[in-house]
Amino acid sequence: MNGAHDCGGMMGFGPVRAEVNEPVFHAPWEARMFALMSAMGDVGGWTLDEDRAACETMEPGHYITSSYYEHWLNGLELLLQKHGLATAEEIVSARASVPARAVTPTVAEAIWPAVTAPGSYERPIDAAPMFKAGDRVRTRQMNPVHHTRLPRYLRGQVGEIVACHGAHVLPDSNSRGLGEDPRFLYTVRFKASDVWGHAARDVIHADLWEPYLEAC
Amino acid sequence: MPHDGHHHDHDHGEGSELSPIALRVKALESLLVEKGYVDPKALDVLIDTYETKIGPRNGARVVAKAWTDPAFADWLKRDATAAIASLGYTGRQGEHMVALFNTPETHNMVVCTLCSCYPWPVLGLPPVWYKSMPYRSRAVIEPREVLKDFGVTLPDDREVRVWDSTAEVRYLVIPERPAGTGGWSEEKLAALVTRNAMIGTGLVSLPA
Repeated sequence: MNGAHDCGGMMGFGPVRAEVNEPVFHAPWEARMFALMSAMGDVGGWTLDEDRAACETMEPGHYITSSYYEHWLNGLELLLQKHGLATAEEIVSARASVPARAVTPTVAEAIWPAVTAPGSYERPIDAAPMFKAGDRVRTRQMNPVHHTRLPRYLRGQVGEIVACHGAHVLPDSNSRGLGEDPRFLYTVRFKASDVWGHAARDVIHADLWEPYLEAC
Repeated sequence: MPHDGHHHDHDHGEGSELSPIALRVKALESLLVEKGYVDPKALDVLIDTYETKIGPRNGARVVAKAWTDPAFADWLKRDATAAIASLGYTGRQGEHMVALFNTPETHNMVVCTLCSCYPWPVLGLPPVWYKSMPYRSRAVIEPREVLKDFGVTLPDDREVRVWDSTAEVRYLVIPERPAGTGGWSEEKLAALVTRNAMIGTGLVSLPA
């Protein structure tokens, strides 16, 4: 989806302003929002890809002018409704009016083991990678209406495979509840001069799935 | 501190100090607790975990060990996930780690243009600037100008390598060890390592 989140190469946002001695959260609501999204992610029945997709559906003007945890709030409100955990009316009224779905909330003692558990998005598949390190590839020119992780600024660009990470869960499928559909994931290197048409000798890397790439 | 709403000078009792968004989040929490989906004590633990236990000091220890232990540095280059796990740093948003070693020829800098992917087990939660539109939009098209916003000017002949975190691979920059630190302990070295240096928007230097 060509949303406002896909902002690589956009101009006009001004300088990067870093805050000295920045706190982890700037207000109690940010901390609560972070924790609510994490805790609901354990029990809600959605995937991280679906979570990202939900946060990206904000109207572009709103997305750009709102803070990170407001994106999360909008995403969570959407996911709760989509997964039958709360109705729009309940969210507005802050009062339960329909029966809850039976879920077992994560208890305090289970948080540390849960957040530190080594996970993996790699899945074994019965196929061989199409590309190997050193191969030249071209990214596809595509504009899906759904969630994808091929940024606009890297579409239709020629790059070089740097590494293959095995087959990983494909966000384009997983974000839509269509299954993990694992595909080979590669780190691809692009020359900044090719991507932007300027003279810098710098390079850009992105991690891209095989369906985003074609041989060239 | 942007987007925190505004303070009212007048007082209408409890709650009037909360911004509209703070009220929305508070309402959502009370609904989710009422429906039995979340345990408020678990929320407290989640917040405390990322405020006090999982943060950039973890990454600094990884860097200091890489500087002092060549076998560990080699392991980091080959399998950063396992090498970092050996120090106890595992979990969410650090499932697939890659360590990027800065050299006199190359400088690495990490961004996530599409959202704000960040290696939580080693760096904690990202700062606001990392999640902001200026950084996400500019890091890939004018990284050297972005570095100047951080007071970092690189020589022209040093290649800048930008890493856009578009999948579940997470990157940790291993900055160059500053000269004059020979014989320093890991602990003393770790104290020099800043969060920004591990994102690639800073360099490590000795205190003036």
